[in-house]
Parts: sequence; C-alpha cells; structure tokens
Amino acid sequence: MAVSRRNFLRGAAAGGAAAACAAAVTEPAAARENLQMPPKAVGLLYDSTLCVGCKACVAACRDANGLAPEFTTDEKIWDTAVDISGKTITVIKLYTDGTAKHKDQEKDGFAFMKRSCLHCVDPSCVSVCPVSAMTKDPETGIVSHEPADCIGCRYCVVACPFGVPQFEFDKAFPKLLKCEMCKHRQAEGKIPACAEVCPTGATLFGPMTALKAEADRRTSTAPGVPTDYMRKTVDSTDVHERPNAAYVKHTYGTTEVGGTQMLLLSGVPFEKMGYPALRERSYASEAETIQEGIYGGFVAPMALFAGLLFMARKNTKNHGEEE
Amino acid sequence: MSKAAPLGGPFITRTTVITAILTLIMAALLLYRLVFGLGAVTNLSNGYGFGLWIAYDVFISTAFACGGYSMAILVYIFNKGEFHPLVRPALLASAFGYSLGGISIMFDIGRYWNAWHLFLPWWANTTSIMLEVACCIGAYCCVLWIEFAPVIAERWGTPAIRKFLTKIAFIPIAVGCLLPTMHQSSLGSLLIPAGYLVHPLWQTNLLPVLALSSAICMGYAIVIFEGSLVTEAYHRPSEAHMLGKISKLIVGLLVFYLAVRWVNLAYAGKLGLVLTSGKYSFFFIMENVLFVLPVILLASQRNRVNPQILFVAAVSMLLAGAFYRLDLVLIAYGRPGWHYFPSIGEIMITVGFVALEILGYIVCVRLFPVLSSHHPAKDSNSVRRAPRVAATTNK
Repeated sequence: MAVSRRNFLRGAAAGGAAAACAAAVTEPAAARENLQMPPKAVGLLYDSTLCVGCKACVAACRDANGLAPEFTTDEKIWDTAVDISGKTITVIKLYTDGTAKHKDQEKDGFAFMKRSCLHCVDPSCVSVCPVSAMTKDPETGIVSHEPADCIGCRYCVVACPFGVPQFEFDKAFPKLLKCEMCKHRQAEGKIPACAEVCPTGATLFGPMTALKAEADRRTSTAPGVPTDYMRKTVDSTDVHERPNAAYVKHTYGTTEVGGTQMLLLSGVPFEKMGYPALRERSYASEAETIQEGIYGGFVAPMALFAGLLFMARKNTKNHGEEE
Repeated sequence: MSKAAPLGGPFITRTTVITAILTLIMAALLLYRLVFGLGAVTNLSNGYGFGLWIAYDVFISTAFACGGYSMAILVYIFNKGEFHPLVRPALLASAFGYSLGGISIMFDIGRYWNAWHLFLPWWANTTSIMLEVACCIGAYCCVLWIEFAPVIAERWGTPAIRKFLTKIAFIPIAVGCLLPTMHQSSLGSLLIPAGYLVHPLWQTNLLPVLALSSAICMGYAIVIFEGSLVTEAYHRPSEAHMLGKISKLIVGLLVFYLAVRWVNLAYAGKLGLVLTSGKYSFFFIMENVLFVLPVILLASQRNRVNPQILFVAAVSMLLAGAFYRLDLVLIAYGRPGWHYFPSIGEIMITVGFVALEILGYIVCVRLFPVLSSHHPAKDSNSVRRAPRVAATTNK
C-alpha cells in the first residue's frame, strides 16, 4: 500500500515537474503573441538629424507637466538635467566622438538624441505592474501611470527595456514619473508640448501610420536630395526644405520589442545613442506565455492542491495514531 | 515517538543581547527611511530598482525559509513520519523567515500606504508575476503561523482547541505545500520580463524550474544547518542519522537542477559564455562550484552520516542558492551605465532582520515545545543551562 502510493506520488511529482519544464521550454499552442498597434494609435517621430539641441522641448515639457528645472551643477544658473529622472521626463542628450566636429556623423562627430517614454506597443511596465497603475490606452496606445494606484514596488523600473519609469528616491512620499505624451493637452485638442515648440520639426506628433510613412520617406530618399520637412504635426503645412540627411537605414521603434509609438531617425547608429538593438518579440508576451502555461485557468495549481489535500489528510491521520 | 518540549533557560544571554541591539539599530534606520525616503538610507536608483532588500530579504531569505515547506512535503505528502521531529523547528524558522521577508517588503516599497491594493481584485493585474508572488507570500505567512499554532496551543491552549487544530491540520499543511511551489518558482520568473537586462548565463525561460528546485534544496540544507547548530549550541544528541537521509534528497534534487541548467545552456548555445563573460564568468563558475560541492560531498553513505561533512555540504548548498539569487537580482541584472552596491544603512537593516529572526527563534524554542526531546540531554552543562528540559519531559 505504502509502496504503491509512494510510487504513484513519485510518478505524479515527476509528471508535474516534466509538465512545468515542457510548458516553460516549448511554446504552448496558445503562446501569447505580441500585442498589436491600436488602429488609432498616436505617437511621436523624433529625427536626430533635424534636432539642434535647443532643448525648447525640455522647457516646454516642464511647463506642461508642472516640473521645476533640475540642477546637477553647484551654480543653479542652467537647467542641467543630464538624463530623465524623478524630476525630468524628457531630455535631449548629446553623442560625441573624437573631435566631434561634424553633426550626425559617427566618427569625429556629434548628434542629439531624445530620451523619453517610447510608449511600447506591448509594454513590459503594463504587463508587470501588480496593481494596474500602468495602463495602455486601447484607443491611442498612450502608456499612462496612475500614482493613486501605485505601490512603489519599482518592478516597472526594473523591467522597462529602455529605463524609462523614474522613481523619486529622494522623497518620503515618492511618486513615479514618466512621459504620458501630454494626454492632458491632447484631451484639450492640443498636441504634446515637445512637438508643439520644436523649431525644426525634429519632434513630430501624429497618427502612427502617418509617422511611419514619413519615416520611410526620409530613409528611402537619397542623402542630399532637397526634401520638405514639416513642423509640429506630420500633416502640417508649416514646412521647410533642406537636403535629406544620411540616415541609418532603420527606423528605431518599428520592430524593437514589438514596436513603439515613438519612432527614432538618426545619422549615428542607435546603439551609440543609448538605444540598444532589441529583438522583435516583446518580453511581456514571453513572460505572459510562461505564466499562462503554468497558471492557465488555475488548473494545474488546483490539481496539485487536490492531490496535496488528499495526501496530507491521509498522512496526518497516521501520525495522529502513532503519537 | 518523541514529544517536543520547551527548551527553557534564560532569555538574556550574549546572543539575545547582541541580536536585540542589532534589531534596535534596524528599527532606528527604518524610522529614518520612513521620514527621509528610500534614497536617504539606500543606494537604490532608477538603474537598479531592486536592491539588497529584494535580493536578500525576499529572494534569499524566503528560500532559506523553505525548511518548513521542504519538510512538510517529505513528512506529510511522502509520508516519512520518521522525520517528524525535524518539522517543528523547520516550521518555526520558516514562519520567521517569511514573516520578516514580508515585513521588509513593506519598507522597501516606496508607496507602502497603498500596499493593500495588492490584495483587492479591482487593482489586480493578473499578468503581473509580482502580484502572484506578493499574494502568495502574504498568504503563506499566515499559513505558516496557522501551521505553527498547534505548538502554541500545546503550551497555552485548552484540550478542545488542541484537538480541533490537530484535526484540521491537513488543510494548512496542504496549502503550505502548494503556496511555496507557486511563489518560489514565480520568484525566478520575476526576472524573465527584464529580458536582455539579465545576463544570458542566467536569463532563461526555465528560471521558474531552477528557482523552485534550488529553493527546495535550500529548505533541506537549512534543516541540516539548523539541526547541526542546535545540536551543538544546546548540547543535544546528534541527529546526524536523520539529517544524513535528508541530505540524500539534496543530492538527487541538485543533480536535477544542474542537469536542467547546463543542458539548457548547451541547448541555447550559451556554453561558450561560461568562460568568456569576464566578471559574469567568475560569479557563474563560483556559484556552480558551490552547487556541485554538496553533490560530491554527499555522494557516499559514509560522508552522509559524518556531522562535519554534512554541515559543510549544507553550508555550500545554502551559499550556492544564495549566490544564485544574488547573482540573478543584482549581478546578472544590470542596466548599462548604472552601478549598485548596497549602502551601510541597507546592509544594517538586512542584518537587523536576520538578528530579529534569530532572536525570535531563540525565544520561541525556549518558550514553546518546538525541539524534540526524545533523548534527554546527558552532560551536566546542558542540564545546568536548560533545567526546564528535564522538568518538562518528566511530566
């Protein structure tokens, strides 16, 4: 009796372990695919070759989102935010190499790069947040954060592939900060502050389909060809002409972790500008597939629990008699 | 069968005084953290959102606290009643380990006043591994104390309460076997969404399998570790014969763990990284040496009944599991351009939690019938130090 039960249990345990391994290794038939871009998604197109580093966007962002300037030098006479932080949600960073004399050139050159939330199509932060404080708008695709829900566990900070969510570690009652694409301005019919003030049109706002088409137009046009560049929005009539830039032949954000709603164009490889080469499968979809494989419908845990209850009941009775 | 009895003896000793002082230092630092924020006490940053408290107090401490879980599986599910005397001390250590892990999370999360959101369905995000871990650990803390309740009832309860608790014991026992299976595996999964931020030598979809199997091993190792220490410290008879049998389980589980880990690496074509990853290679190899050592030490029956070898193997196993978790959370994980090393304050708070755990364990074994007293202690020293052992067993 005892032997057969033990063998049965060993078999069951081994089977359970094997099933767990199989679920984790192989992709179950019901693998969670990457989420798709909402049809009416809006976003930003940032073109590094147009950016002159004036940081009007940084100042406008502060004004629109009620953020005071950030100081990193002793004399507080410039806004010197060096990266996004608990005080800054967009920033323009500078890449330099060697003599740094030529704009948008990898060797001996310099280039500007925007840092702010990329509004992933399949965001890790939304997938990992335990209390649904991170949400993705099903219409616009904007990734928002609700402080009233947030418990401050910082799992989003750990999981974001781009290091975007910023936690206020210096406060007793901290909040988490990230760009929400000025959704409060969009609700009033306005466009994000960074795109609104950009004098060269380096940051453009618009529907994702139009932004993608515009990015494709720029990367597929030969360098030097006179090209029209719009300001503020992708469908704007406020245009200026200049020779098309020598772009890296990739629009960052079209494939990375399933796509993002901020697209980036650059003359310098993205890895040098702080944007790593990333695969197309979103990390959220992979993690959710594994969790679903183990916990799907709570079937496996409940089956295990039933077995445990049965054995524990049987065996505690025995112990009672022994003692 | 043996009966457990309170150990008795003085509450004020050198160990309890030192642990109490360390606990008070921790309390002061925690107060400071509440008033001035996480940044005032920790070196946490937006590059390293998780620090020592998550790595040690949650990942490592709860794995150390798997003794109760591992022993419950062995005794109540696989019906190995002979190990029953080891269950109570293991449960007690688990109850402390998990509870303090749970409490430390409350100080780690930045917006603790919202912590209750974790337990209400309208906030729940079912795709979040953190939610699964948090609910599961929260529930398991309660279950551990319920599992321990019969011990307290034996000292202070009425016969009716005792009888009732014994009758329904199988329910908390079964829940207590289910919950750690879930959250110890999910603690591994927790790092999967971080993707490329975790070094490829550690990042794998088998993290839940590796985390769970190593946690069960650590559970058995801590039983051996504590059993050896208690035998030594309180001059109690050796339990090497029982601990030796448990150590055999570690060998089997470790072989499984190592096979899964290395076959997975080979399958993913990552074996070359073992030697070519600089500091990561160092930590990976060190970790694996610590995992292999107990397998070698405990391979022969002769070694398994040798208390010294058993102890060394258990320590190696615990260090291996601890480094595996530390590496996963703080070393293999890394955001380019960021660095993290815990501050003195962070370390002192973690030390304080460990001290509180030891202090609580000592108080409980002296007060409640935790340790089995099947062979009354013989040497005069132990009789003098723990007179109530004799008094209780004579009843």
